[in-house]
Amino acid sequence: MSLTLEHYLLLSAALFTIGAVGLVTRRNVIVLFMCVEIMLNAANLALIAFSRFHLVADGQMFAFTVMAVAAAEAGIGLAIMVNIFRHKKSLLVDDLNVFKN
Amino acid sequence: MNTVATGLLAPLLLLPLAGAALNGAVGRFLPKPLSAAIGLVPIAVSFVLALVAALQLHGLGGAEAYGAAALTQDLGEWLNVGPLVANWALHFDAVTAVMALVITGVGFLIHLYSVGYMHDDEGFAKYFAYLNLFVAAMLSLVLADNLILLFLGWEGVGLVSWLLIGFWYKDAEKVDAANKAFIANRVGDLALMLGVFLLFGLAGTVHVGELREWVSHLSPAQITAGGTLLTTSTMLLFIGCTGKSAQIPLYVWLPDAMAGPTPVSALIHAATMVTAGIYLMVRLNFLFVLTPVTLAVVAVIGLATAIMAGTIGLMQNDIKKVLAYSTISQLGFMFLAVGVAAPAAAMFHLVTHAFFKALLFLGSGSVIHALSGEQDIRRMGGLGKVLPSTSKTFLIGCLAIAGFPLTAGFFSKDEILWSIMNNQQVLGGPALSSVLFPLALFAAFLTALYMFRLYFVVFAGEQRLTDEAKSHLHESPAVMTGPLWVLAILSLVAGFAGLPHFTGLPNLFHHFIAPVIAPTEALVRSVYSHDSGAIWGCVGAGTVAGLSGMGLAFVLWGRGGERPARLAASWPRLHALVLNKYYIDELYEFTFGKALRIKSRVYDLFVDNLVIDTVAVGGAGWLSTFSGQLIGRLQNGNLQRYLTIAFIGLAIVLFLIARGGVTP
Repeated sequence: MSLTLEHYLLLSAALFTIGAVGLVTRRNVIVLFMCVEIMLNAANLALIAFSRFHLVADGQMFAFTVMAVAAAEAGIGLAIMVNIFRHKKSLLVDDLNVFKN
Repeated sequence: MNTVATGLLAPLLLLPLAGAALNGAVGRFLPKPLSAAIGLVPIAVSFVLALVAALQLHGLGGAEAYGAAALTQDLGEWLNVGPLVANWALHFDAVTAVMALVITGVGFLIHLYSVGYMHDDEGFAKYFAYLNLFVAAMLSLVLADNLILLFLGWEGVGLVSWLLIGFWYKDAEKVDAANKAFIANRVGDLALMLGVFLLFGLAGTVHVGELREWVSHLSPAQITAGGTLLTTSTMLLFIGCTGKSAQIPLYVWLPDAMAGPTPVSALIHAATMVTAGIYLMVRLNFLFVLTPVTLAVVAVIGLATAIMAGTIGLMQNDIKKVLAYSTISQLGFMFLAVGVAAPAAAMFHLVTHAFFKALLFLGSGSVIHALSGEQDIRRMGGLGKVLPSTSKTFLIGCLAIAGFPLTAGFFSKDEILWSIMNNQQVLGGPALSSVLFPLALFAAFLTALYMFRLYFVVFAGEQRLTDEAKSHLHESPAVMTGPLWVLAILSLVAGFAGLPHFTGLPNLFHHFIAPVIAPTEALVRSVYSHDSGAIWGCVGAGTVAGLSGMGLAFVLWGRGGERPARLAASWPRLHALVLNKYYIDELYEFTFGKALRIKSRVYDLFVDNLVIDTVAVGGAGWLSTFSGQLIGRLQNGNLQRYLTIAFIGLAIVLFLIARGGVTP
């Protein structure tokens, strides 16, 4: 049995779903962040799989771009989180409601 | 059609308009003599122009020919919509000439009188602006070549009437009187408009000359076939005339219109505007003569109005109200004349009435002026010695209106009485005439009675003045008594312009306007020939009626005493009925006023409060609030809830795509 595109895409969909479910169910901002990373990587996986099977390099280029963006996002996001924690002594999203009302 | 183009008519009409514009724009910055001159000069020039035009018209002759000799002036296109063509076109035929001379002639005298009467009023320039505007509107009414332009003038005089009744607008009662006049006139105006529309539908033109042409080409069969529609159109026009000319059922506004300055009552509500209805019916006599049903209605309504207003006038105690009811009564006489197919008599009475009623109103104004605003005749009396000019001219006016032999009213009223008998075939046989004639005699008797009651109570007997009225008691200045004397002389001699046929002398007036009323005359001649015996009878009966009215007035009021009060006490119910003006105002209040209020209340409760406020406006508000609250729950600030919804939505979309139902 060889690996087909379908296997990759199923894995990608599974990863994306895990990320999405985590994103809507978890409360800790760091975990949410990790869920977002999982979803981005699920997308990357799908891009690379298509790229490989169609023998076109464009998808890989996209994947690199996404990684770069994800790295930048992680840097900024973590910095924000550190500041939020200093301020609120908590990283649960339920507590981060200063703008509400 | 013998028409001649002329340039005289436009200045005749536009000069008063220019005077109105000038006084209206800058009059209040000018000294009073200057704004009076701005008011007077255009009317004087217009009078001269009207006189020149009338002489020119007389030179055209053409009395024998069927079709009116006329001067015309076309000032350009106004309306041109499909078949509807109405130009700024003026038309000056014999009847117009009579009207224009009365409007500008009597109008000038009243303007002159106003200089004295309104001297201390702060709205002096405004007053003259309105008065000039009135003359312009009235002239456009009578000079109009088509019914649309006539309607413009018709509405114009209504507007100015409203402005002048409410001239002292700081008094709420006067403003109410102005509104009442305007609203009562609107009812009539609506009917007039419908009548014009119907005529346009039938004949395809609103041009009076073309209408006349159209009528003259109708065959008897066509007239029979279209009889109902023709009758409807003349009835609608007649209803329009009852509004403007204060006849039953729309007369109620005229007594209240006395709230305006007295010269205004003289000019607008006695001499000119209220005669517009008679003018219109005479102008369109070629239509009315085709519809005997309408003519009979006009005659009956006119006579009923004459008697009713005469009896009410007998009981009034406000000097101007007596004259107002007298005006309504005399207008009723003119309607009666139109109704018995005697437009010449109607026009003649219109002219003589313009003279003596303007005289009487100006005389009453002089009395009111002398008594510092007192209008109640119970607080007058014995003024003959202190107001010599006023009392003498007033007496002449009373004699003329009562039909004292050889005064103007004698000739004009007897011509109407005679026409009732002479034209009985037009009314479908002697039955109607034999009812109308004695009642008309009774109305003539009433006229003499209430006028001489007024004269005796005001000028004879002992003085019953208040101290305030006594303090400034004085005869009016020459600028006011001058016009009185001119009108008094006219009231005495104007009758000789219309001598009855049997004298063998020419009836100048009748001869002059004959071309315009030729269709009616032709009809009358075709069914009846003159009978001089009947004429003597009519003149005799009319004179006896007038003289006996004067005699009874002298017996009752001439020597003071308790007789009138005793007489009133012996018929308390009748007295109360007439004193309260037959409760017509109350009836209108009950039927229209109350019904309107009940209807308004229903609309207020159900339509406005329930449907509009609660369901429509309130419902819309409630719906927005409710749906806002519902949707607002989604917007709770919880990012994860948003995401959940977004993912659910995404899942649904993907599911639909996967199922192949939707193409992305």
